Amino acid sequence: MKHRYLPMTETDKKEMLETIGVNSIDELFSDIPERVKFKGEYNIKPKKTETALMKELTQLAQKNADLRSHTSFLGAGVYDHYMPVIVDHVLSRSEFYTAYTPYQPEISQGELQAIFEFQSMICELTGMDVANSSMYDGGTALAEAAMLSAGQTRRKKVLISSAVHPEAKEVVKTYAKGQYIEVIEIPHKDGITDAAVLKDMINDEIAAVIVQYPNFFGRIEPLKELEEIIHAQKSLFVVSSNPLSLGALTPPGKLGADIVAGDAQPFGIPTAFGGPHCGYFAVTNKLMRKVPGRLVGQTVDEEGRRGFVLTLQAREQHIRRDKATSNICSNQALNALAASVAMTALGKNGVKEMAISNIQKAHYAKAAFKAKGFEIAFEGPTFNEFVVKLNAPVKEVNKKLLEKEIIGGYDLGRDYSDLKNHMLIAVTELRTKEEIDTFVNEMGDYHA
Amino acid sequence: MHKDDQALIFEISKPGRIGYSLPEMDVPEIDINELIPAGYLREEAPELPEVSELDIMRHYTALSNRNHGVDSGFYPLGSCTMKYNPKINENVARFPGFAHLHPLQDESSVQGALELMYDLQEHLIEITGMDQVTLQPAAGAHGEWTALMMVRAFHEANGDYNRTKVLIPDSAHGTNPASATVAGFETITVKSGENGLVDLDDLRRVVGEDTAALMLTNPNTLGLFEEDILEMAEIVHAAGGKLYYDGANLNAVMSKARPGDMGFDLVHLNLHKTFTGPHGGGGPGSGPVGVKADLIPFLPKPVLVKQGDQYELDYDRPQSIGRVKPYYGNFGINVRAYTYIRTMGPDGLKAVTEYAVLNANYMMRRLQESYDLPFDRHCKHEFVLSGKRQKKLGVRTLDIAKRLLDFGYHPPTIYFPLNVEECIMIEPTETESKETLDAFCDAMIQIAKEAEENPEIVQEAPHNTVIGRLDETLAARKPVLRYQKQ
Repeated sequence: MKHRYLPMTETDKKEMLETIGVNSIDELFSDIPERVKFKGEYNIKPKKTETALMKELTQLAQKNADLRSHTSFLGAGVYDHYMPVIVDHVLSRSEFYTAYTPYQPEISQGELQAIFEFQSMICELTGMDVANSSMYDGGTALAEAAMLSAGQTRRKKVLISSAVHPEAKEVVKTYAKGQYIEVIEIPHKDGITDAAVLKDMINDEIAAVIVQYPNFFGRIEPLKELEEIIHAQKSLFVVSSNPLSLGALTPPGKLGADIVAGDAQPFGIPTAFGGPHCGYFAVTNKLMRKVPGRLVGQTVDEEGRRGFVLTLQAREQHIRRDKATSNICSNQALNALAASVAMTALGKNGVKEMAISNIQKAHYAKAAFKAKGFEIAFEGPTFNEFVVKLNAPVKEVNKKLLEKEIIGGYDLGRDYSDLKNHMLIAVTELRTKEEIDTFVNEMGDYHA
Repeated sequence: MHKDDQALIFEISKPGRIGYSLPEMDVPEIDINELIPAGYLREEAPELPEVSELDIMRHYTALSNRNHGVDSGFYPLGSCTMKYNPKINENVARFPGFAHLHPLQDESSVQGALELMYDLQEHLIEITGMDQVTLQPAAGAHGEWTALMMVRAFHEANGDYNRTKVLIPDSAHGTNPASATVAGFETITVKSGENGLVDLDDLRRVVGEDTAALMLTNPNTLGLFEEDILEMAEIVHAAGGKLYYDGANLNAVMSKARPGDMGFDLVHLNLHKTFTGPHGGGGPGSGPVGVKADLIPFLPKPVLVKQGDQYELDYDRPQSIGRVKPYYGNFGINVRAYTYIRTMGPDGLKAVTEYAVLNANYMMRRLQESYDLPFDRHCKHEFVLSGKRQKKLGVRTLDIAKRLLDFGYHPPTIYFPLNVEECIMIEPTETESKETLDAFCDAMIQIAKEAEENPEIVQEAPHNTVIGRLDETLAARKPVLRYQKQ
């Protein structure tokens, strides 16, 4: 058969078979026992030409209500943000996206340096000493933090705030089961981790306490207060954080966090129906040699020229094999590159301006809901999300909104039985005053 | 600074420059101190670069010029399947209807995305010969761990808590033992015989009532098909264990032998390898897992189901191992893999494997005079050479790899698998032309000659890369892992 991805001609094939010393390609498969041989071809859809496939998949994509044709107020861990156009131009450089892990540093300096810069930027935002080259996503990064903590403290219990992203919480629990670690939830009070209950729950058997900042309800957790309680028991303080918020908020590293993990999706990475995004993982110097995944370090060549290599690989699965504490191999390198380009484009000033714009616009929306007679659950300072109480099921309200090409907020009743009819609303810098006003209007009489 | 030094983005930063255009602040602003509690408003700005848009583009273009990808040149990195990454995949993944979907939208508004996922699952079920597939794992290692968690849940559901051991051949990928450990198992190594295949006697010796599973790559990392696979399956199943297929090498057997027909109970695939992900400089990947019917109840949540003509996500899975990842996997990579499969069709996928195997055998035969060939038989999609003859001349496999850089190639995988001395593992893939294979073989043959006649040129390689061999000891001893403003 002829195919644009398969360059061998009949003449090539003939010459090659001759060199090998066989008469047919089939002979090369003679080592597959008859009993397991698959005969014929797969029963799958026939191939399509480039044009026909583009047409079919264009139509399939158009069946979805996307965030470009609709106005979205949905967040809950994945956000519709300003993506500098330049990000995709850099990502489209195929020297980056068609390469693999930079095992040969002499011809991978581009990737290695880009990741070194990513690590540096994550350290700057989180206020931590060391960041790795990326994890799959925020949820699995948090799970790795729990496992690192258990290994480091030799303790087998982890406390996690109920105000942590519910899906991340579930992922932590799945990983914990593998490692025989017990995960116990700390309740929230008025949308904030209940410090008084935490004080009662914590003891010297607790490896780590995991909280989210800003938390799942958009609230800003009092990290300082929590830190004292946690470190009094020598437990590790793990903070899951939206890195964009850290353009405006005091970084967890300044507030005593031992591990900061999360997802860099807000920086230049499309929502993409939930993935691929880009987990990040940052720690204090003390934990440097316990970090999962790849690390890029600076060094010199024989002539003293600065260069970058994968380093501290003794920690990693391919060296430690069954002694490894994490099995991550491939990560999200290309998305770390996207996040780097976006963080670079925003820079020192833009990241702050964008974070504050989120706070201002979300606050404006919150005030508008209040003015309309809606009740805001969990009153208090928020980043770019807040919770509104409705008088009808959120799913129903969202169906109505969809008719107006609005994607409404998240149904908290899915995860919290006491929060039925509560909508978590996200307002990012992309939403205009007009869009916010329209949204509040369309929400009409759904106030409780 | 040396003239060839590439500045860090931080080093070209200048206060006052910007590279962004944020949307208007069109709502009335309130004093930020009123909105953020005292002590939680950042005082020192993060030291991110201040650069113009052109600065950014020049910087990253310069970096890309210091990087080798499949589009730059031949990349025969064994077990990594560095094939051409079709451009249509990139276009399709960027359609707004795929790229800009929120995972928590109402299911009615994402039917197109769910349909694609469902159809991809159906295709992967047929390709692997399994009964069900989950697309959730983000990469190969994540898939391995997911599958092993299911094995554990399966045994525990049978009240079988003593199956604590996972058997792994000595030629396995390093992720296999690491994944088994993270899933809470102890690992036992199974030896390979002289012929490079799993030693059945050793397997019989280690298998038992405590065996949870055997993890196997077939063809194995030496590029050899495990001919005794059915006997192995029988031994493991008779002992009550499960058989796990590491799909890293699936490019070797598409349309020739399916894991499900070989007796495997679970399989993970690397969509960034066989199905043109792409590799992205080390990710993102995608590592779907396929299982036989008796393991379906343990699949991670949610499971995608079809009700009439509607697609739904089923969360009511009481025996599920739980969530392994937020949302539904690396959807963007799955879109690319689906596009690829639909571009190839059944005859295309068959041809892929045939040419991948033809190319590997051709190269093996062209190189067998110049290098030691530890296993002289037909290989599958990849083969291993040993550089021990060259080592006697003072030229190590590492030197050979570095010398290849001078010819513009990415070197093969080296020093892996661990059971071959001075190992060189070559995987050409099906998308390379005969001219490319010949030119690479010529270079390898020339290097073998150089090792005899002029070893210094190999030992001191590379000679024309942007940087020489780097001091890795220094990097590990005095780690500098970030830029810090002086």
